[in-house]
Amino acid sequence: MTSNDIAVSVQNLTKTYGAFAALKGITFDIERGETFALLGPNGAGKSTTIEILEGYRDRSGGEVRVLGVDPQHGGLPWKAKLGIVLQSSGESGNVTVREQLTQFAGMYPNSRDVNEVIAAIGLEEKANTRIKNLSGGQQRRVDVGLGVIGRPELLFLDEPTTGFDPEARRQFWELIRSLKREGTTILLTTHYLDEAAQLSDRAAVVAGGKLVDIGPVGSLGSAEARVPLVRWRESGIVREQRATDPGAVVAGLVARLGEPVELEVVRPSLEDIYLELVTAENAEAEARVAANTTATDGAVIAGTNPAAGASPTTTSFTTTKENERA
Amino acid sequence: MSTATHTSPALSASAAAFGMGRTVRLGLSRIGYETKIYFRQTDTLFFTFLFPVIMLTIFSVAFQGMGNVGANPDGTGGISQAAAYLPGMIAAGILLSGVQNLGVDIAAERSDGTLKRLGGTPLPVLSYFFGKMGQVFATSILQIALLLLVAVVAFGVSLPTDPAKWMTFAWVYLLGIATSAILGIAISRLPRTGKSATAVIIPPVLILQFISGVYLQFSLLPNWLQTVASIFPLKWIAQGMRSVFLPETFASVEPGGSWNLGAVAIALLIWLVAGLVICRVTFRWIRKDS
Ligand SMILES: Nc1ncnc2c1ncn2[C@@H]1O[C@H](COP(=O)(O)OP(=O)(O)OP(=O)(O)O)[C@@H](O)[C@H]1O
Ligand SMILES: [Mg+2]
Repeated sequence: MTSNDIAVSVQNLTKTYGAFAALKGITFDIERGETFALLGPNGAGKSTTIEILEGYRDRSGGEVRVLGVDPQHGGLPWKAKLGIVLQSSGESGNVTVREQLTQFAGMYPNSRDVNEVIAAIGLEEKANTRIKNLSGGQQRRVDVGLGVIGRPELLFLDEPTTGFDPEARRQFWELIRSLKREGTTILLTTHYLDEAAQLSDRAAVVAGGKLVDIGPVGSLGSAEARVPLVRWRESGIVREQRATDPGAVVAGLVARLGEPVELEVVRPSLEDIYLELVTAENAEAEARVAANTTATDGAVIAGTNPAAGASPTTTSFTTTKENERA
Repeated sequence: MSTATHTSPALSASAAAFGMGRTVRLGLSRIGYETKIYFRQTDTLFFTFLFPVIMLTIFSVAFQGMGNVGANPDGTGGISQAAAYLPGMIAAGILLSGVQNLGVDIAAERSDGTLKRLGGTPLPVLSYFFGKMGQVFATSILQIALLLLVAVVAFGVSLPTDPAKWMTFAWVYLLGIATSAILGIAISRLPRTGKSATAVIIPPVLILQFISGVYLQFSLLPNWLQTVASIFPLKWIAQGMRSVFLPETFASVEPGGSWNLGAVAIALLIWLVAGLVICRVTFRWIRKDS
């Protein structure tokens, strides 16, 4: 209820690079102790958002508070409470893993034990290897180690597991869970939706610089998008039926056909829901572009635009509206 | 808001924890870290650290046959080629260790993401500067020690015994190396990328060495070139070092017929202050491109 419970607050955030609008008004809050995932396709604006929160980039508009501070004016005590893992880091690395972690540990008032961090990122055997001689995934683990060494209150992770092997990823998940138990607030971007589902309490989907959806991972997407699908084979043909009551549908099938062949009840995965959200946003954006650049007849566009996909009526409606405004 | 009363004691406590003591402590720890990295980079080791020693050796050996510098018509007297080149090489080492080393190094750190990462930590910019300056001091002292050692052992150069000469050496060195290090930090802003850093910084530094009396005897340069060189700090460092290592009789060929140490001090101080101002105004962890 007080601003003390909110670790990150973003109000109507916009960012333009020259004439290009990378963020078109994004609003969300992250509570203390929460793990929050930002999802979205390449170029959606995830890194732009996260680097504005870290103080690396200046926003063009809107209000931002990170641990109660405007990141454009964050001082050293503020930075001491943050942990940052950037999307890309390509240092030459003429120091060993242990030397680098020790150097960074010294900068924080209440840092973690270096050996503990080395163990947590699974680099015990490489602790005395120079960072430039590590593999890509191992270097990425050092990035994560440097992000957590200062025992941050708020941890930013921009695609932290890029290049991780499956085992390293599981180990990373364990690390994140232990940070969560300590009460660390975490903002994560990732293209691995299983990772978002595993780790985050809530997620936001960003596409084209806008927030498309936000909520607990299990409740993303429209209610219809999350309706399970019953699939079976009947007279050699695969049939599907969306049903809020899949049990009843299956019971009906059994009554009608006996044991149905190749029976499946599928719940849409986060990936399915995500793709639907992002595709819908893309189709709308394309339709807007088409309306602004080519024709004035919305119906023609809807008829010829394959990207309109499953919902041509919606697309043509949007297009027409845009035309009227223009 | 009731939160204000809660946060203010915490804030003042943390402000104290982030004071000058911490800046110095972190700066000291960075000196060790930076110096370690310096000696792990084989290219800087060659082009910055060993370069003056190599040049001293080459020039001393190559021109040995030309006899002594400043000798009498009958070939007696004067000083050896190595002794004549030594002060210039010390001056060049001071310039290389500061301007060239830091200019290239920091430009590379800016483009490879090192500075971006540091900018996200609670490391004070001043501690970072301390680390770089300390690295420059440590490595240049070793470099000069090596130069003197080679000059004495390999070429039989005799060093000054007058303590006053060594006092002059101390202040010219300290002023020279501080100026050079600060200018290195300042110049690191110029290259747009780490890859272009050597191409942007090494040529002017090399030209300066040619016109400032390092490789070519300063008094033999045309007047207008001497004037151009006098704008830049290397000429003054070299002049100060000549006053330490060359016999008094050589003062007569200097511009104005004397070592003019007062001008050395003033010129270097002006550059030092200018460099500090440039660093203060222009240094950023990253370019906020937009
Ligand atoms: N410095 C910049 N100058 C100009 N345009 C930029 C800059 N940084 C990002 N952009 C543009 O802003 C948009 C958003 O970029 P951003 O890096 O935030 O995407 P992202 O969601 O992190 O993508 P990815 O998943 O690929 O990391 C992109 O279209 C990108 O081209
Ligand atoms: Mg990104």
